[in-house]
Amino acid sequence: MIQQQESTIVEHHPMDVLLRQDRIPHIWCSGCGLGTSLTAFINAVRDCGIPLEKISVVSGIGCTGRVAGYLNLDSFHTTHGRALPFAVGLHLGNPSLKVIVFSGDGDLISIGGNHFIHTARKNMDITVICVNNFNYGMTGGQGAPTTPLGSRSTTTPYGNFEFPFNIPHLAAASGATYVARWTALDTRRLKNSMQEAILRRGFSVVEVISPCPTLFGRLNRLGTGLDMMKSYQENSVIRHGADPASVAMGKDGKIIVGKFVDIERPTYLDMMKQALGGRFNIPIPERSVDKTEIPMDGE
Amino acid sequence: METESGVLTGEHFLSGNEAFGEGALAAGCRFFAGYPITPSTEVAEHMAERLPQVGGIFIQMEDELASMNALLGAAWAGQKAMTATSGPGFSLMMENLGLGVVTETPCVIVNVQRGGPSTGLPTLVGQADMMQAKWGSHGPYEIIALSPSSPQECFDFTVKAFNLAEQYRTPVLVMGDEVVGHMTERVVIPPADKIERTPRRTPRVPPEKYLPYEPDPDGVPQMALAGQGYKMHITGLTHDRRGYPVISEEAQADMIGRLVEKIRKNREKITEYEEESCEDADVIVCSYGISARTSQLAIENARAEGIKVGVFRLIVVWPFPESKIDELAGKTKGFVVPEINCGQISLEVERCAHGKAKTILVPHAGGGTHNPDNILEAIRRAAA
Ligand SMILES: Cc1ncc(C[n+]2csc(CCOP(=O)(O)OP(=O)(O)O)c2C)c(N)n1
Ligand code: SF4
Ligand SMILES: [Mg+2]
Repeated sequence: MIQQQESTIVEHHPMDVLLRQDRIPHIWCSGCGLGTSLTAFINAVRDCGIPLEKISVVSGIGCTGRVAGYLNLDSFHTTHGRALPFAVGLHLGNPSLKVIVFSGDGDLISIGGNHFIHTARKNMDITVICVNNFNYGMTGGQGAPTTPLGSRSTTTPYGNFEFPFNIPHLAAASGATYVARWTALDTRRLKNSMQEAILRRGFSVVEVISPCPTLFGRLNRLGTGLDMMKSYQENSVIRHGADPASVAMGKDGKIIVGKFVDIERPTYLDMMKQALGGRFNIPIPERSVDKTEIPMDGE
Repeated sequence: METESGVLTGEHFLSGNEAFGEGALAAGCRFFAGYPITPSTEVAEHMAERLPQVGGIFIQMEDELASMNALLGAAWAGQKAMTATSGPGFSLMMENLGLGVVTETPCVIVNVQRGGPSTGLPTLVGQADMMQAKWGSHGPYEIIALSPSSPQECFDFTVKAFNLAEQYRTPVLVMGDEVVGHMTERVVIPPADKIERTPRRTPRVPPEKYLPYEPDPDGVPQMALAGQGYKMHITGLTHDRRGYPVISEEAQADMIGRLVEKIRKNREKITEYEEESCEDADVIVCSYGISARTSQLAIENARAEGIKVGVFRLIVVWPFPESKIDELAGKTKGFVVPEINCGQISLEVERCAHGKAKTILVPHAGGGTHNPDNILEAIRRAAA
């Protein structure tokens, strides 16, 4: 299964267009889930139909934050936690752009947590891809706001005793209009979900559960990247439409994945136009959107 | 009279804080992101009212970290963007001021200075963020900062700040203070076609030939905008001329060398000051912002006593007019530097005087302006 996934990646290399070839090889460890996450993303971008020059990708800092640097798109590698407010400026500065934030759990949910909830609250027309590897990879495996209770990290050497965030719940409660979670193993559904998220209007969030074998995996004796992917295969349960409050990473090791939220709500700019449009002429170019559902089950 | 260009041509009575906003609009600013903080809040409030009228966007962000980043994003989308803040907010902006510097992103930050440190004196004046303006973000860099002494200058210098930001592709700081921000005076706004507006230095080469950090002869690179098809990579990591991260001593030397030199080499073009009777002065009062105005009575009184007093007022504070101070130091007995802090710009004056003239600081901890008698007393000492 996993073997086949990898060969698919190689075969799919119209990636050439979307990767900065002169920046490859990347810095990621072997077995890291970031490679497959990026592959899914590239395929989603390729298939979403938005002209590539209209897409901007913004990252914060971390192993995941390096994604921006490998993409052959307008790409911005900002500071730790600040990808979202930078993205807000880009989006409002030119609403005809499709702005996508691709960053890590620590970046988006810890240091950038305040930006995350407020950008969701305002329903900014921005897509967030949040790679959750349950720790701070880049700085060497420290505890994150997603580290499960009891898990080891270099700053929770006796086991984590802080309650973690459930990212889909946080996103939905803050006002996101599209919320999904997939593992880095299920690249087909992940890709489809990313593509949907990109094409929706409003604040869309796709959480990617991703192995960090070098740190989180090693510190918690979870085996290789392959072993971690296998455990995703065994433990993932697809539950579309599940109440985001119910999808916290459980003690039983089950990973509830699926599309949890897909609703319409006026975006920040819709609200602004509604409030000011009658009185003032604020030129706001539209970006093309598509509400088509992409089937994520069966096959 | 409102024109298409957002320029309120005519004579007005405006507060300094309103004038910052009008200056921004006149310069072509159509994006403001901010967070309320006394004594700068009126800038945000004014922009919230005015920007929709001219087709621009005002957004209140969740904090000043976000405001600063939103400016950078908006600038890469092609906007002329501004924020305004005070002490604690200025501190929060330092992180991403550095990102603006290293990614060479034009934007304008107004700091209406209040008493500090920390929450300090929210409603009362200070001038103690001058060194923070220069060094506040970590790492080696150069910055441009201006200091207005009147609402008219709040308008004029904000226009200037936008133009310098575009010319040198850097964040530019307008270092106001509470008194100037809150004073209301006559402000004359020229016709739109009389206002100079430096355009964005967008690429003159096609995407295949474009290198985001290959400088023009003046040391400043061309700036592609998101959505133009240049597919640039912009990072806060040390980068090469392609914009790609390179973690090496050599790449750092190349990048920092250019960042610092684009300001230093153009120092003579950037620096601006006002000079009066300095040629044969016994004493030169060197000041800026509100302190330049509180000095005036002391200067008149000293002159009445027969002391030849020159006035040197900083308009551009950073980069500092080093050679000019050095030159003046050879002609005068001493500099008197009144400032609402415990010694910041006075240190620069002392450094640049190279021991040729003494430098006397007239300090003030903040919360009010100087008693002119203290400045007069310092002038007497300098002349002695
Ligand atoms: C202001 C600031 N604080 C701390 C750091 C150090 N730092 C870099 S990446 C990182 C954590 C990244 O974790 P995450 O976002 O989960 O990304 P991952 O590496 O796991 O993909 C930290 C703490 C920084 N760069 N900036
Ligand atoms: S440290 Fe972990 S997250 Fe970072 S590249 Fe290695 S495996 Fe991936
Ligand atoms: Mg992480």
